[in-house]
Amino acid sequence: MIRAGLVGLGKMGISHCAILNAHPNVELVAVCDSAQYVLGVLNKYTGVRTYGDFRRMIDEVALDCVVVATPSRTHADVVQYALERDLDVFCEKPFVLDPLDGERLVELARGRGRVTQVGYHYRFVGAFREARRLLEAGALGRVHHLRAEAYGPVVLRPRGSTWRSARAEGGGCLYDYASHAIDLVNFLVGPPIAVSGATLAKVFSRDVEDEVYATLRFGDGSSGQLAANWSDESYRRMTTRVSVWGTNGRINVDRQECQISLRERVDGLPDLGPGWTVRYTTELTAPVGYYLRGEEYSAQIDHFVQAVAQRRTEHPYSFACALETDRVVQMILRDAESARAAPAAPPAGRPARRRGLLDSIRRVLSH
Amino acid sequence: MDRVLFGDNQFFGINHMSDEKARAQAMRFQDTRAILEVLEAAYEEGVRVFMCTTHERVADVCDHFRSNAARFPGFEFYPCMPYAHKYADAVTEHGVLEALRQFLPADGALGALMRGGLSAAKKDIDGIARLLIDAEMKMFAGLRTPVIFLQNVVSDLLLGLGFKDAFRVFADHVRLKYDAEPGFITMNLPLMVETLREVGLENPIICSNINRIGFRMCGGIAAYEALLRENRFRAIAMSVFASGAIPPRDAIEYVCGLPGVQSIVFGASSRANIRETRRLIRACWGDAAVPAVVGSSRQAGAGPA
Repeated sequence: MIRAGLVGLGKMGISHCAILNAHPNVELVAVCDSAQYVLGVLNKYTGVRTYGDFRRMIDEVALDCVVVATPSRTHADVVQYALERDLDVFCEKPFVLDPLDGERLVELARGRGRVTQVGYHYRFVGAFREARRLLEAGALGRVHHLRAEAYGPVVLRPRGSTWRSARAEGGGCLYDYASHAIDLVNFLVGPPIAVSGATLAKVFSRDVEDEVYATLRFGDGSSGQLAANWSDESYRRMTTRVSVWGTNGRINVDRQECQISLRERVDGLPDLGPGWTVRYTTELTAPVGYYLRGEEYSAQIDHFVQAVAQRRTEHPYSFACALETDRVVQMILRDAESARAAPAAPPAGRPARRRGLLDSIRRVLSH
Repeated sequence: MDRVLFGDNQFFGINHMSDEKARAQAMRFQDTRAILEVLEAAYEEGVRVFMCTTHERVADVCDHFRSNAARFPGFEFYPCMPYAHKYADAVTEHGVLEALRQFLPADGALGALMRGGLSAAKKDIDGIARLLIDAEMKMFAGLRTPVIFLQNVVSDLLLGLGFKDAFRVFADHVRLKYDAEPGFITMNLPLMVETLREVGLENPIICSNINRIGFRMCGGIAAYEALLRENRFRAIAMSVFASGAIPPRDAIEYVCGLPGVQSIVFGASSRANIRETRRLIRACWGDAAVPAVVGSSRQAGAGPA
């Protein structure tokens, strides 16, 4: 039995609370949040120990691991405190806001032999796992372009008062939505080495961006485009989609299905013929012991629990992998800032084209 | 309880297999008249129950059936609450308390909760639950709602959290205030059966995925079949076609062949599919369970979606 503590009882925290509690190998022994009323309700119905201060919870309760689901800005502090007390840590996405914190925490965890994981749950969706399997098997030949998209209805009017609407707290479409699409890019083809043309734009929000667009460059010369918009009411819920083009065909993948179009058969993939093959979630989804909102949420916690039990510190969902996503997020932020800092019109007497070229060179060199 | 129930996923852009299909359906049914046309066709084909979420657009459907009650004798609604997206979106945008404030009719209970912190939470949470149920039930005023369901997002969350008493609170309130049977939708049938037994709810109505390929049947298809054989709850099978992954005849024959399945809920977008699905069920369960429709002369077309 693994003894778990949970910090943060927002939407994801409550969901983790149920999933942990239902897991046969986990004993959820304590929860922590700043909202007394939520703690009161949980304590009344479940008898779980409740805390208002995560340090006290970690100090007073004998735990094997903690699940961190606090607002993003606070992740680094909570994670560090837990790692320093030799606890294994599952942290909600995005991992941390500053990659320097991330590097420090990855090293800290490594030094102490801790099991870590970040809640990029799309990595546990059957269709995306199938796409990764096919790409690893070389189904598409040489990949030359991809498009990663995330759309949904989060901010639909000019209001909002939670941490998600504050940039310093880790709010905004980039951290909340685009990070999922970026993480899927990393999961499917590996992280890009450079970002250009980053656009962070407001649609309704006052303090944060509602849409994110950027061009991604990969080490092998291939390119990608990222598009995220959380102010799109035409979607019933968050929808994340990746399209990948290669010399032997194309894959379109979302939560529900994986569509594959191949020019020619590929060795090692005898079940894929030329033309279209469509695989649906109904055949790609592995069963879970407890279901809430999607198999992937339970599957990721189950993976963490097994990794803790088996002391598996290296796996494709670790802090180190999430840090790669944080780094791309930072590249996008820097590129967008440098674009904003550049003057809109060229100073008098200088030809516009030359200035633009210099800027581009400088930007490329800075990556 | 009717043996053949009509569901509403297809009307609100929900398809477990394809986002493209879901969007095509959302386009087709964006005008409530398109929903009403299918519901009227379902009625003519012998369907008497619309099992629907408390989606805000269902309020328009309710208005139609209220205003035209004489045209649809015997028609019943089985409300499934809450339509969770509106709560989840509100919690994401505003936090738990502000979201509650938006959905509660009066903020007396909520005010006490905020001021009193922990102790008030213990006292008032049942009251808040009742107020939320009443808010969800408003749109069905004057309509027949003999069974009222707790949606799976909430019931499965409660199961996971171990809020066992909440099922009793829900059951007591819908019995007392609405003279209705409580029903529970779940993706975790074995856990639900065990939990409801623990809180003393006898022979409950439980709606869960039951399909030949075991899609979203948590705990495993064997455990589901064993529970159905015990026959200690009234089972409604949903997702019998697994969003189209199973051919219609195979799907229906499997579910109808299981002991203990009381009803099947299915969604369809056309008269032909409704007729065909009902015909397949009747072929398995017989005329007594699924009466023949008198006076319907239009021809059925393709199989179920």
